[in-house]
Amino acid sequence: MSANEDTPVTVNENKDQFRPADHEHDHFLLTTVVGSYPKPKWLNRAKELYQDPDHEFDEDDWQEAKDDASRLITAEHERAGLDAVVDGEMRRNEMVEFFAHRIEGYEFNGPVKVWGHNYFDKPSVVSEVEYDESWLVDEYKFTAAASDRPVKVPITGPYTLANWSFNEAYDDDEALTYDLADLVNEEIEKLVEAGARYIQIDEPALATTPDDHAIVGEALERIVADIPEEVRIGLHVCYGDYSRIYPEILEFPVDEFDLELANGDYEQLDVFKDPEFSKDLALGVTDAHVAEVESVEQIEENIKKGLEVVPPEQLVVSPDCGVKLLPREVAYGKMANMVEAARNVEADLDAGNIDIERGAPAPADD
Amino acid sequence: MENIKHRYSLARSTMTEYVSTTPGLFPLPDWAKDDLSDLKGHQKHDLISGDEGGEITAAYEDAREEVIAAQQDAGLDRITEGQLRWDDMLAHPLAVNDAVETRGIVRYYDNNNFYREPVVNGDLEASGDVAAELETAAELAGDDALQAVLPGPYSLADLATDEHYGDETEFLGAIADFLEDEAAAFPEVETLFLLEPSLVENAPEDGVDERASEAIDQVAGAVDADVVVQPYWGALEEKVYAHLLDADIDAVGFDFVANQEDNLYNIQEYGATDDVSLGLADGQNTLVEEPEAIRDRVDWVYDQIPVSEFETVYLTTNTETFYLPYAKFEEKLAALAAAAELAEVKAA
Repeated sequence: MSANEDTPVTVNENKDQFRPADHEHDHFLLTTVVGSYPKPKWLNRAKELYQDPDHEFDEDDWQEAKDDASRLITAEHERAGLDAVVDGEMRRNEMVEFFAHRIEGYEFNGPVKVWGHNYFDKPSVVSEVEYDESWLVDEYKFTAAASDRPVKVPITGPYTLANWSFNEAYDDDEALTYDLADLVNEEIEKLVEAGARYIQIDEPALATTPDDHAIVGEALERIVADIPEEVRIGLHVCYGDYSRIYPEILEFPVDEFDLELANGDYEQLDVFKDPEFSKDLALGVTDAHVAEVESVEQIEENIKKGLEVVPPEQLVVSPDCGVKLLPREVAYGKMANMVEAARNVEADLDAGNIDIERGAPAPADD
Repeated sequence: MENIKHRYSLARSTMTEYVSTTPGLFPLPDWAKDDLSDLKGHQKHDLISGDEGGEITAAYEDAREEVIAAQQDAGLDRITEGQLRWDDMLAHPLAVNDAVETRGIVRYYDNNNFYREPVVNGDLEASGDVAAELETAAELAGDDALQAVLPGPYSLADLATDEHYGDETEFLGAIADFLEDEAAAFPEVETLFLLEPSLVENAPEDGVDERASEAIDQVAGAVDADVVVQPYWGALEEKVYAHLLDADIDAVGFDFVANQEDNLYNIQEYGATDDVSLGLADGQNTLVEEPEAIRDRVDWVYDQIPVSEFETVYLTTNTETFYLPYAKFEEKLAALAAAAELAEVKAA
């Protein structure tokens, strides 16, 4: 099977709802980001002023600074040409802490070591977790108002929220994961009510404990319960041995898997060829951990790797992971080149210039 | 004379000594986290090199003094140096060695923690790095009993990459020689804990299990102290356990937080050393156990096994404690010390 058969471009309604009205090609490779983006230096300075009790920079000033940064990075994503944008998570400090502060049942006891002198405020679950204030609805509404493009909402998944916390209150992390999944479901319902159509669940902890994929699957069932079909749900898993979770993850009730593969130079690509990849693939086509902007040509080659796994209508183009640790100009360069590369590949697909074998190589005697 | 000796041994057999301690590798006090971040930096090449000096050494000295005082205040029966300089956790003794190159950041067992991959590319020779830490700790500990901590040879070999010796057996032997020489340079210590999580996490194959035990025996022989071998994150496979009992060590440790059934099975089936170390407080959870609960867990262990008495029972966290926020770490120390006292009272 090859990608340039003379059949019309197949419809993928869920993905095509994000297709811009003025999209220039028949083919559409949805371009987006995983979520985080480098914070402007002045935002970090504003935070220091806000945390300085002797300074008159107050809560309102801090709120305004975060609004400004969100607007700025959303616009930067638009300028790069992304089809679905994020505010770069300007209001979030860390992917577990941010949510733990908003969930009843968590407490903080101080920083713990991750490596060297890198620490994080690993929270403790001390009682049953409960939904309190909304986590992301204000963030979503603000970003949606600041952009006329679709806005994607990344949420740290319940398994990672459980696994990267101290569990004082539940018998095991599985029970805690399911309770947190119910809260994530409640939050997504509110986001959908506010207009969100593209949600990404981030589960980096799955990469470190792949044997728990069934727990993540059950948690996702709870997360999507009663969420309308047209809402696009993605799952982001980075850094891991994907062969330990594939093909089991195809059973997960999500529309899209967002995977990190550029960093490993697509060594793990074959894992996803057999059995057939039945979901949409948001392929990492630029490395989030190398501070060098890949050329448009290089990224085009990377995008074509995705066509070895799925047909164009199932392919989404994205960086490997959040890009917050890169210098901002490098992050921007990667986004802009990525969009340009995607548009070039679309044009080549339209012209029938791409001929890529898809799926597992046929046995020699077949 | 014969009589006195007999009576003495009888007395000992009916009176267990409970010793509260830890496997070391403490969290830095919060001020030291900040100060050392500023002094050293956050990147891979900023981590401890072994030849640091000036302000960095001074900050570690202050922090060491603080964690030793914390152990004394808590009333622990063994004082460790704290291993605060061990940026690379159990891989530290290699990470600071001249014959080792540190490469990328790699995952530390199944934790959300990372260390620099130590690659051995020359003849390993002891540097005295750990002995120097113990010398300063010995001064601070005063009359209190000092406990040394080292990675066990099997775990240290497992955490490292060999590009010099070329053969698994030879490499394990070189690591054992290296640790033996490091330990031989120690000042006088009461106890030595050899931490061996890899015996559980990456259990040795047939043949290697026996060599791992011999390597442990070799390192244990370097010190005139009670030697405790502490595996954790589960129970040893039975063959690994059986081989470990052949080593000339004083106590094997059991991680009863992570696994009760298989640890009990090992003791029931193969017996135990005269002394044991019981990991009964969770070194990776902020939930602080009540001393009474720890004491009850000691009783529970006794209820399950045929041995009626151990000579010495070390009461400890199952793992290192650097995973914990500093204040919770202090509370764990206090709980262990109180639990040992409760157990003594009950035994007497």
